Amino acid sequence: MENDVDTEIARLQEERKRTEAAQAGVPLTGAATFDQDLYGGGDRYAGYEQSIGVAEEEDELDERERTLASKLQSYTAPKSVTQAVPDEEPGQEGGFQKPGRIVDREDDYRKRRLNRMISPTRNDPFAMGDKTPDARVRTYADIMKQQQLDRERDNTLQNIVDKQKAEEEQAADRDRPTKASGLPGPPPVPQAAAPQAGEKRRNRWDQSGGAGEAKKARVSEWEAPDSTPGSSKWDATPGRLDTDATPGRWDATPQAGSKWDATPGRIGDATPRKNRWDETPTPGRLDAGSTPGWAPGETPAVGATPSAKRGRSRWDETPAGAGPAATPAFGATPAFGATPSIGVTPMGGMGMETPTPSQLPKVPLTAEQYQAMRWEREIEERNRPLTDEELDAILPTEGYKILEPPPGYAPIRTPARKLMATPTPIGGTPMYQIPEEDRGQKFDVPEALEGLPEMKPEDHQYFGKLLKEVDDEELSAEEAKERKIMKMLLKVKNGTPPQRKSALRQLTDKARELGAGPLFNQILPLLMSPTLEDQERHLLVKVIDRILYKLDELVRPFVHKILVVIEPLLIDEDYYARVEGREIIANLSKAAGLATMIAAMRPDIDNIDEYVRNTTARAFSVVASALGIPALLPFLKAVCQSKKSWQARHTGIKIVQQIAILMGCAVLPHLKSLVDIIKHGLVDENQKVKTITSLTVAALAEASAPYGIESFDDVLEPLWKGIRMLRGKVLASFLKSIGFIIPLMDSMYANYYTREVMVILVREFQTPDEEMKKIVLKVVQQCVGTEGVEPDYIRAEILPEFFRNFWVRRMALDRRNYRQLVETTVELGNKVGCGEIVGRIVEDLKDESEPYRRMVMETIDKVVGNLGTADIDARLEELLIDGILYAFQEQVSDDANVMLNGFGTVVNSLKMRAKPYLPQICGTIKWRLNNKSAKIRQQAADLIARIAIVMKACDEEKLLGHLGVVLYEYLGEEYPEVLGSILGALKSIVNVIGMTKMTPPIKDLLPRLTPILKNRHEKVQENCIDLVGRIADRGAEFVPAREWMRICFELLEMLKAHKKGIRRATVNTFGYIAKAIGPQDVLVTLLNNLKVQERQNRVCTTVAIAIVAETCSPFTVLPALMNEYKVPELNVQNGVLKALSFLFEYIGEMGKDYVYAVSPLLEDALMDRDLVHRQTAASVVQHMSMGIAGLGCEDALTHLLNYVWPNIFETSPHVVNAVQGAIEGCRLALGPCIVLNYTLQGLFHPARKVREVYWKIYNTLYIGGQDALVAFYPRLEDDGINTYQRQELDVFV
Amino acid sequence: MATLQDRFNINSQLEHLQAKYVGTGHADLNRFEWAVNIHRDSYASYIGHHPMVAYLAVAENESIGRVKYNLLQKMLLPCGLPPEKDETE
Repeated sequence: MENDVDTEIARLQEERKRTEAAQAGVPLTGAATFDQDLYGGGDRYAGYEQSIGVAEEEDELDERERTLASKLQSYTAPKSVTQAVPDEEPGQEGGFQKPGRIVDREDDYRKRRLNRMISPTRNDPFAMGDKTPDARVRTYADIMKQQQLDRERDNTLQNIVDKQKAEEEQAADRDRPTKASGLPGPPPVPQAAAPQAGEKRRNRWDQSGGAGEAKKARVSEWEAPDSTPGSSKWDATPGRLDTDATPGRWDATPQAGSKWDATPGRIGDATPRKNRWDETPTPGRLDAGSTPGWAPGETPAVGATPSAKRGRSRWDETPAGAGPAATPAFGATPAFGATPSIGVTPMGGMGMETPTPSQLPKVPLTAEQYQAMRWEREIEERNRPLTDEELDAILPTEGYKILEPPPGYAPIRTPARKLMATPTPIGGTPMYQIPEEDRGQKFDVPEALEGLPEMKPEDHQYFGKLLKEVDDEELSAEEAKERKIMKMLLKVKNGTPPQRKSALRQLTDKARELGAGPLFNQILPLLMSPTLEDQERHLLVKVIDRILYKLDELVRPFVHKILVVIEPLLIDEDYYARVEGREIIANLSKAAGLATMIAAMRPDIDNIDEYVRNTTARAFSVVASALGIPALLPFLKAVCQSKKSWQARHTGIKIVQQIAILMGCAVLPHLKSLVDIIKHGLVDENQKVKTITSLTVAALAEASAPYGIESFDDVLEPLWKGIRMLRGKVLASFLKSIGFIIPLMDSMYANYYTREVMVILVREFQTPDEEMKKIVLKVVQQCVGTEGVEPDYIRAEILPEFFRNFWVRRMALDRRNYRQLVETTVELGNKVGCGEIVGRIVEDLKDESEPYRRMVMETIDKVVGNLGTADIDARLEELLIDGILYAFQEQVSDDANVMLNGFGTVVNSLKMRAKPYLPQICGTIKWRLNNKSAKIRQQAADLIARIAIVMKACDEEKLLGHLGVVLYEYLGEEYPEVLGSILGALKSIVNVIGMTKMTPPIKDLLPRLTPILKNRHEKVQENCIDLVGRIADRGAEFVPAREWMRICFELLEMLKAHKKGIRRATVNTFGYIAKAIGPQDVLVTLLNNLKVQERQNRVCTTVAIAIVAETCSPFTVLPALMNEYKVPELNVQNGVLKALSFLFEYIGEMGKDYVYAVSPLLEDALMDRDLVHRQTAASVVQHMSMGIAGLGCEDALTHLLNYVWPNIFETSPHVVNAVQGAIEGCRLALGPCIVLNYTLQGLFHPARKVREVYWKIYNTLYIGGQDALVAFYPRLEDDGINTYQRQELDVFV
Repeated sequence: MATLQDRFNINSQLEHLQAKYVGTGHADLNRFEWAVNIHRDSYASYIGHHPMVAYLAVAENESIGRVKYNLLQKMLLPCGLPPEKDETE
């Protein structure tokens, strides 16, 4: 059926072309002067890559979340364009960070989403039945026809551009100045615009003068939200640059035509311009772009313009800007400034007359104008010139003299702004008109409506209607509905969470009643809004998601519209946006059905715009994952074999690629068929198709690894043929796919194919192409990693060339190259052994480039870490240590860990063999500990920490002791980072040589550490407390008890630390100290600390008490602790309860001996008025019961449960949790039966509040003891027809 | 039912967990529904504990397989058809 349509279209197309050619009288071929402005000079994507780079890096980024995608790493626009991107939101430099707008973080490629049109609603053939669709509704055939036209046009434009280029090259020899040649632009217009005036004007319009502004203007137009494809045609027009650069180009409109004519290379531009304006307006545009409050005809300016009805907002913006209130914004509006057609429009003279305010009573500012104005004022305020008084105040009065300005000097203070203040109307003579007062005029006061959230200025465009006072009765049903939707959307977009929630619910509930059309017609333009922020988009997308469910098949006519808006989410930087986009498209395809989805997206598959094709392919893959691959296979097959255009084939194959990336191993069942439908692409005549096909094969192989090699049988041959014949990008992609296929093969084949491909790889080792390099490295890694490849072969065939070509300094400079090279080398090392690799690169440790040394070190680190140093001989060992020492000493950069890790790994791996080098290493360390630079001292100390174990293994205890003394001397270090490292080093020395042998002796060391405990730096604290704890644990007897008490007091302070590790180490240390000097003194200190105010401190104290109790047996602590409960102070009592809670948690079943002792206390606490008492006591019961389950304390626990139970009706969440926990604990200890009996009382209580609580308890009980409960359920009596008795348990034998 | 507060704490997770079990109940559960849950749980439990099935088999003088089958069948409508709903509810 599709073919029928295609042929039909082709036929109609032919016809149309013929008639058109006859009418226009412009031959489509041959030497003719082309309507350049009509066709706009053709390729508007000149300078952009038409297809995505071969490496498809963004896919990996997308799917794997591997890297932080940097904006400028994008794969489309050339550098020059990205650099010149104008700041969309100039206010940002002003120091005001607005919540992130989406456009601001998008790159050029992603911004192309704004060029897409929300297409008109389409026909839903399912709803139509057999009826013929209404002529006004766009059917599938219409769209296909239009696509065809677009393509034709694109081809034509391409031809024109080619021709143009040729002509220009001829003309280049002549005197036509170009920007590139550095010659001055064409002479300024001789008329009214004197050079200076021209300069000023230009500044005014373009706001920020200076270099590259022409470009800026261009780009901003690119991004102008409403730019129709036609508008950007201007950009690519060769020779345009010159015009731009011409000062005064905006000048006096009447003369503009002649000026343009004066520009060489532009022929016959009058006609085309007219044509351009006559372009049919697209309905979608009208919705989106129209400024609220604007009706055509309201002002003479617009009424006089034939183009007033056009959706493009450039006309709409003009009058608003000309009003006095909006004056500064006029020039500042980037979209306006960038619109090339204003100045040259013949009607401009009429249109540009300054309308009096009365003519424009209620035109609110557009969002851009408002922003620009705000920014303008801000900057003006900040950068205002200093007054003389201010200067006097700043500068000293004596010793300075105020000079007279030279005669003839007139201060120019940024003419741009000066001009901005007094607008000069274009066209006529600037004459002052007394503005008529208009009290109804709204300035920039944000307007708020009753019951609605505040409206941002940029919202006026969409929600402006709400500001108008209307009488509800006068509205038609449609209008009322529209207003209603608008209100709800505004609430969702800007409202407070409750407002948003209720609006969202209303929208969802009434979706069908409101109808798909009115809903989407408002939501979708909002989503296309250029000022949209992330949060807003998220909310609006959520709205769509919700109403999709409700609308179901009613969405069909809107599928394409929705896709246009949602597809860009699929390539968003933000992971969650991508997920959201996928979800919507999946839901959409479930709601609309496969046929509709295909009908909606089919035309986009061979769209001329690469961006559209790319996003469509991704959307299709989501459809496939939602509806199943098999459903889509026939269609994909047809697309991939399309004869009509390579774009269709390319996109079809890309869909398969995206499916593989999206679905991963879920492609396995369909692998064979997927490979089958794309395999012919490998021999396609189009390079791009070839490339994408091989990338797709790679993606499929990656997704299906390690299975499915048999499915790839068919592509092996073309791949291998391909790599012999191809070059460049295509070859790279072929190699990539081979790289992914080889690991799937069994060893014999892998070996064979590796040898085959290696010839090519070795040849490509020398490639200068970065992309190719990365791929080659990756493929080598993959090939070498497979089983069948022999080490000897690698040694002989790969290694020499590999090291010669890749191990060069340049590779270390690019981060991705660096990483890939290290990985590949490590993989090679895994096959050929450590010695081979280390031997080849060890010399480079002494290379003069530091990044290169670092790369060498990292490789050695990894290789040695994987394989050990067994096959490194004595000579190499020497070289290695020598090199490492050199590299370690020579490092200057901040990224020091690579060297340190490498050093540590190698020395630790050498073990005993490192002995001869240790004195030398220690010498270096000692010398560096004395270095002036803190960084170096720190590294030295860190290194000690790493090699201490090896030194001990080598019997170098004396040396270690010596280092200990040296470190001890450096404890006065002032840099906290270094001090932390020194403490760490001391700790590792103490750990390996033990307390008794330690030098300096512990009794000297510890008093030195006590003051350091006061240090507030985290690293110092952590290392210090670790060391102190270690000493308390192992060598407490070396230190007098009084010193330990002193430390106890210091430790209390450490409980305030932010880092959990420090607090944990501290409470542990309390335990060690208590063990060493007995719990009494420590306990007194801790109990006193319960009185402090800080909660965190008290909590930590309770933990410490519990730990002391655990280490010194509970009976040493409990009496004092329970005694403390008598203190009539809330904090103390709660602290005691909390300590009990931790205590019972830690001592577990030891608790059975103490249950009866603490029961009276708990009774009291569980009856206390204070909520926290009861809460904490409940958690004591929880921990206690869990500890002593099955140990025969059921009586006490039942007793306590009786006290816990009344608390079930508490509402505070913490109490609820604690009580729930206590009940759970009791279930464990007492069995579910008892708790069930408690629960049964309230399951059918008349009061709902009671029932709810009881059912919640029942549910947790049920989950915990489903099976055990069976025996205890109550006997239910039969009731009427229902049998409720369970006889099975009554059975007797 | 859930307040704003406990939407963010452990209780919400608990409720989610509970929702995953068919046999859990809520404040609006009626006698019949609860009894059905109890019966199904009971049968499942009997079938799951082999000694229990063996005991029943001896008592009923049936084969173990038959007893299991019977229990399974009873799980379909353990308490008969649901009672008519009240209009008031």
